[in-house]
Amino acid sequence: MTQKLPATPGQTIGPFFGFSLPYEGGEDLVNRTHPAALRLHGTVFDGAGEPIPDAVIEIWQADEHGVISQSPGSINRDGYTFTGFGRAAADAVGNYQFTTVEPGAGDGGAVPFFAVAFFCRGLLGKLHTRIYLPECDVESDPFLSSLDSHRRASVIASREPDGSLLFNLRVQGDEETVFLDFD
Amino acid sequence: MSDEATTSTDPMATTVTQAVILEEIAARQKSYQAKVAAGEPHSEGAELDFPSYRSSLLRHPTKDLHHVDPETIELWSPAFGHRDVAEVEADLTVQHSGEPLGERIVVTGQVLDGDGHPVRHQLVEVWQANAAGRYIHKRDQHPAPLDPNFTGTGRCITDENGFYRFQTIKPGAYPWRNHTNAWRPAHIHFSVFGSAFTQRIITQMYFPNDPLFPLDPIFQSILDPQGRARLVANYDHDLTTPEYALGYRWNIVLTGAQRTWTEPEDAE
Repeated sequence: MTQKLPATPGQTIGPFFGFSLPYEGGEDLVNRTHPAALRLHGTVFDGAGEPIPDAVIEIWQADEHGVISQSPGSINRDGYTFTGFGRAAADAVGNYQFTTVEPGAGDGGAVPFFAVAFFCRGLLGKLHTRIYLPECDVESDPFLSSLDSHRRASVIASREPDGSLLFNLRVQGDEETVFLDFD
Repeated sequence: MSDEATTSTDPMATTVTQAVILEEIAARQKSYQAKVAAGEPHSEGAELDFPSYRSSLLRHPTKDLHHVDPETIELWSPAFGHRDVAEVEADLTVQHSGEPLGERIVVTGQVLDGDGHPVRHQLVEVWQANAAGRYIHKRDQHPAPLDPNFTGTGRCITDENGFYRFQTIKPGAYPWRNHTNAWRPAHIHFSVFGSAFTQRIITQMYFPNDPLFPLDPIFQSILDPQGRARLVANYDHDLTTPEYALGYRWNIVLTGAQRTWTEPEDAE
């Protein structure tokens, strides 16, 4: 019935977003004293294996019970309300980190993940990926089970000895992260 | 090694000429037009693999994107509201004690989904250079003046009908180091959330009739002229405030997988 409107094209985030997009508390979805607080961290790399310092990584996730928050407050956090959204700018050596909780499975029982939107200077649009938990049930998930083990490894975080989750994002190359197309 | 973050003060710092960049762009457009003429569909997005923008060489995926059906979380978006964004943040001309220099403008438009429904109560963020083409950023070394009354960053929440509105200063063009004598057309960076996370977008809004359009590999990374036109605002004299500010109108369309659109509960 309605005619599909053509999409507005994306463009690069460029190098000068630093005064605009990052904000205080952007990477802290929960307080570090939260009993289930978890560090999700890693490095973003370009096709030469060099870290990307001018990148923004955003995560969007359910809470530990699988509930999707529709509470505002991701920019002005009150330290208690879980909004499910986090934004981190990579540092000078390409590292990012979030303090959050593990996403829980929702009602449908789908394998939970952190949804990711990624931007950097040099990238002429956005990239989406997912970060799955190390213990995820690969066989029960149609996306994970459709990937060969090498590609699949690029979307599953690893558990560090300190309990944190490590997820490196590689924009290009043999170890390239699996990026998603939803259309 | 190109680096757009370091602005060239030495014209010999980069050796690739504008003529070479123009040839590269023309070749890509020719091959695109041939594909369209042969019946392939139009592609109105930016090409991620676009070597004329030198910084993209190592920063685009070389493997195909993996098609997936979005999961529930991806069909929702984070909620933002006036708890997050104060109304005054939409006016980039009142963030300091004095008035910024430059041409005062209003930029407004509607954020819509692909079916034309408004994207209500969502976050729009902008950042831009000042009237002289200088960003407040330590890596911007362009020898143009900073404006102590202009930071160049704003936010707003779309209204009930999906409208955003910013008051700001028209940004200047600025040089960068992609190639010798490279200049970016004046633009405002936009970061927008849709009703689904799949619709997340960061883009740039340009001003009509900019002579730098054909020369700019970032703008020309959109091979389809209709696609490029979607990033150019329209001057709207009805939006212009007498003796105060010029008006530009620019709508943003976020397509992509989403939940079924519903009328708001308080609709008439």
